[in-house]
Amino acid sequence: MRLKTLLLAGVFATGLGLGSANAVTFRYAFQGDLNALDPYTLNETFTLAALGNVYEGLTKRDKELKIIPGLAEKWEIVDPLRWRFYLRKGVKFAGGEDFTADDVVFSVERALAPGSQVSTRLPKDVKVVKVDDHTVDFVLTSPNPILHAEWDTWYIMSRKWAEANGAVKPQPATGKELNNFALKSNGTGPFVITSHEPAVKTIYKPNPGWWGKKEHNLDEVIFTTIKQDATRVAALLSGEVDMIEPVPVQDMQRIDTNPTTSVMTGAELRVIHLFFDQKRDELLYSNVKGKNPFKDVRVRKAFYQAIDIEAIKTKVMRNMATPVSILMAPMLFSRSAELKRWPYDPAASKKLLAEAGYPDGFEVTMHCPNDRYVNDEAICQAATAMFARAGLKVTLQAQPKAQFFGRAGASGGFDTSLGMLGWTPSSFDAWNVLTNLAGCRDDKGVGGPFNYGGYCNKKVDELSAKILVETDTAKRDQMILDAWKTINDETGFIPLHQQSLAWGVSKKVKMVQRPDDQILLQWVVKEP
Amino acid sequence: MFAFVMRRIIEAAIVLIVVALLAFLLFRFVGDPINQMVGQDVSIAEREALRRELGLDDPMLVQLGRFLWNALHFDFGISYRFRQPVTELVAGRFPATFELALMASVFALAVGIPLGVYTGIHRNSMLSRFFLGASLIGVSLPTFLIGILLIYLFAVKLQWLPSYGRGATVDVGFWKTGFLTLAGWKALILPSITLGLFQLTLIARLVRSEMLEVLRTDFIKFARARGLTDRSIYFGHALKNTLVPVITIIGLQIGSIIAFAVVTETVFQWPGMGLLFISAVQNADIPIMAAYLMLVALIFVTINLVVDILYVVVDPRIRVAGGAKA
Amino acid sequence: MTPFAADREPGLVVRALDSDIWHSFTRSPAVMIAAGLTLLLVIAAMFAPWVAPHDPTDLAKLDLLDARTPPLWLEGGDPRFVLGTDNQGRDMLSAILYGLQISIGVSVLAVLLAMTIGVTAGLLAGYFGGWVETAIMRIADVQLTFPAILTALLINGSARALLGNKAVDGAEFWVLVVSIGLSFWVQYARTVRGSTLVEKNKDYVQAARLIGISPLAIMFRHVLPNVLSPVLVIATINLALAIITEATLSFLGVGLPPTMPSLGTLIRIGNNYLFAGEWWIVAFPGLALASLVLAVNLLGDWLRDALNPKLQ
Repeated sequence: MRLKTLLLAGVFATGLGLGSANAVTFRYAFQGDLNALDPYTLNETFTLAALGNVYEGLTKRDKELKIIPGLAEKWEIVDPLRWRFYLRKGVKFAGGEDFTADDVVFSVERALAPGSQVSTRLPKDVKVVKVDDHTVDFVLTSPNPILHAEWDTWYIMSRKWAEANGAVKPQPATGKELNNFALKSNGTGPFVITSHEPAVKTIYKPNPGWWGKKEHNLDEVIFTTIKQDATRVAALLSGEVDMIEPVPVQDMQRIDTNPTTSVMTGAELRVIHLFFDQKRDELLYSNVKGKNPFKDVRVRKAFYQAIDIEAIKTKVMRNMATPVSILMAPMLFSRSAELKRWPYDPAASKKLLAEAGYPDGFEVTMHCPNDRYVNDEAICQAATAMFARAGLKVTLQAQPKAQFFGRAGASGGFDTSLGMLGWTPSSFDAWNVLTNLAGCRDDKGVGGPFNYGGYCNKKVDELSAKILVETDTAKRDQMILDAWKTINDETGFIPLHQQSLAWGVSKKVKMVQRPDDQILLQWVVKEP
Repeated sequence: MFAFVMRRIIEAAIVLIVVALLAFLLFRFVGDPINQMVGQDVSIAEREALRRELGLDDPMLVQLGRFLWNALHFDFGISYRFRQPVTELVAGRFPATFELALMASVFALAVGIPLGVYTGIHRNSMLSRFFLGASLIGVSLPTFLIGILLIYLFAVKLQWLPSYGRGATVDVGFWKTGFLTLAGWKALILPSITLGLFQLTLIARLVRSEMLEVLRTDFIKFARARGLTDRSIYFGHALKNTLVPVITIIGLQIGSIIAFAVVTETVFQWPGMGLLFISAVQNADIPIMAAYLMLVALIFVTINLVVDILYVVVDPRIRVAGGAKA
Repeated sequence: MTPFAADREPGLVVRALDSDIWHSFTRSPAVMIAAGLTLLLVIAAMFAPWVAPHDPTDLAKLDLLDARTPPLWLEGGDPRFVLGTDNQGRDMLSAILYGLQISIGVSVLAVLLAMTIGVTAGLLAGYFGGWVETAIMRIADVQLTFPAILTALLINGSARALLGNKAVDGAEFWVLVVSIGLSFWVQYARTVRGSTLVEKNKDYVQAARLIGISPLAIMFRHVLPNVLSPVLVIATINLALAIITEATLSFLGVGLPPTMPSLGTLIRIGNNYLFAGEWWIVAFPGLALASLVLAVNLLGDWLRDALNPKLQ
């Protein structure tokens, strides 16, 4: 009897689904998963964007990435060590709680608690002072001109709700303290999540009580993970989903010429580069023994000049990349045009190698991820062939990202000689890049955790320390320029290109694409 | 009999412990889980703290002991990536894999047996040569390529069937089923064919060769001499005799179907255990991998045990041999 | 239990090879075509360095600007590349020939490994019985729970842990051989054990044992030849399966590096270009793989029927 009722219910449900055709449902698919819904648990672009539909920060970024007021209506720098934020009044969380200064204080505590991955959004020793219910002060110990640069992805949570749901601490990684919080959400944003199956499907509905001006026309949003490129493209072409990300570069034309779909492209902030092990006295993966050829600037330059970046751009990336001369996107640094790439010149490479004492080249292994960046494996393969033309015998090891980062990173002891890495500065600022990728590091990675090759120049370190606290933009830019010049003169890295974004979108849909690659539902309009 | 069953159960338990040991060893060395759990900006000190918190710093033996003890309680901890209890995650994905495996087996049997019977009876006809050849194509291309070709044809070109996922599912208690909606059935078709094709070929070939053998035996000749119709000979006598090995093989193939579901689920983004497993491998999510492997081992060992015991019940000769050894 | 475990007269293989097999071979055109195709592909693979128009392993000769050239007969084709080029500008025909060599190499070695382990284990288990049999058959159970892909991960992972990253880089070929080999041995062990159980009680073995011939000699000199024909059949079918498994492993990310592509690696890479209309990058390696596997399967089928005394 019971089963029969259920059966009927099932059939009935299907019927209903077909019946309510007027509701606008937006379906989109991404290659990666949406896992925990705790906004402090995973510091990763896609997850933060997905939760950015539900939660909001004190500041937000507009369609052009300019910082605009979010939950704070306005703010002022009272003195270099005290920032005052005036909070928006009358805002409620989806669960009905009022948004007040207490929530901001709570969110600071929670973001800095152990287990939080967004702690870098705030200075460690920051003090938060509640002035009144709708005013808070952030008291700093040293000036910081980019204090609020990443606050659009530091989301404000409700203290009351967190206390009621056992979510005062970020979701811990160990088993014993598990709570169900990881599957719940309660923000102030334009949407609420009504159902969440990790890595399978997430359903959003509009938040009727949202304070902002609604710019979308959606009644329901269904997010699914589709990992395989071909399957994802097929789902868009067949109209099963309205939007996919990313579009494999080879399928862009197909999607663009398909009558019902098109490709939205734009520059992404991620920059891909190759790094050399310059720290060890002998390379781990080379036939040169007793010395490290990469300590010689001529050798590094020879590798650099062997790379035909234009061929990679046109043939491997199908023009979906912008060659760069530094390790950050040109749009993030106003004076980047003053820095130039070393020209592609295989003859010069051979000459440099001969001068450095390797007239017949040498052997070295290059390690690359094969499922992390756009065409990562194909780029490395092409680079290997280009090195070969300069007389270098480079063996390629392309591995899944878990294995690659496991070995190439600090925890694996930086176990590579030559490799590929991509980087997006989450603060959109040069300091983040200079310290993470080019800061002198020890063997455990302290100093420059993502400086996989161990590049080190004290002058660059000094400059980046000053860049962090300098508030004068012109002076700051000059120092940034000096730092990149030093790195380029020494050929510390081989910058390759800035990746491009490629979203496959149904022609029924209009949406906004920002260079930070966030898929934000509040700007999606779909023809019914 | 009782002693024999007991012995087999103890052996099965030992098998499971060995699998657990191997699983632990494997997972200790696949990638670095910490890197997968944290974003790029997290500092070294925080990484070290997390490593300590997860017990990845403890001596190997301590970690192994903890692993086995927890496994005994079906406690595989919290997924590093999903922050959810692994047991719950795996249980939540089980229905999808089960329904896919079931439909793939049904497809393989429903097509494979008639194909085998036909080609066995008409050994040298053109049509059965064609069937045999065509069925071989199913095992001559890698599963993933077949899946993608099916998607291209039926989802992109003809737009008849969905390219990914389970369509619409209905919750029956804890069980999420796709059997109750039209969309659910449509979504099952392509993945089931992809997964079942290999078993289909296997079954058709097995039935065919069993048929060929049975048809040559004396009792069929006697049946013919008695003037029975072809129909009753083929289906009443011959086929019945071929079914025992076929059922055995199907039983033993369940493990392999579940394993190959990994590939099918990857191609069709089918939200089952295989997809969970392969993404766990890519993300070095050790608890999920451990639970998956243990579950597959458990299913397999159980089937093996049941088959062995059934044999003893059916065939007394084995019982004697088994008893003599015990 | 297995279709091959039939009662056999001693010396069957030898006897059959004399006449029947050859006879049934010449009678079946499909089998002759299959054999011819297999032979052709194997020879082409063996002599790839001489047959192939280009050397796809010589990276210095690759030009990225040649990438994705269509086959000769299509618009934009280039006479240098009869079957077109892949995404790196590699000549497809040459890549396929070299890829065949690697795929066949991996599979043959894997099957040989599986056969050696499986036959030895099966003989030991069947001949000695008792705890030896129990141990071996339980290990077989454990092995069966690990499908090839898990085995490959296990071996890859433990090899890296035991030998260090350095030793495993570049040894993927052997990792594949071992992991595929290890996932196939159980079938041989089970079949050989069954046949051995039957043979063991035959008069000639009892007699051999009575006159004091060592168990090892009995096993390998007397029992082994009599269980060989099912082993041969399994080996042929396994060979086809090994080629497919290699391709699947490549799809799941545990295959050979793209600079040393097997057919599986070529298909995995080409697979991504299917929707883009650059079908030749996947179609030709796919075709080569399918015809090889199909031919080997046909041979296996025929061999099984030909060696089955009940069907003669």
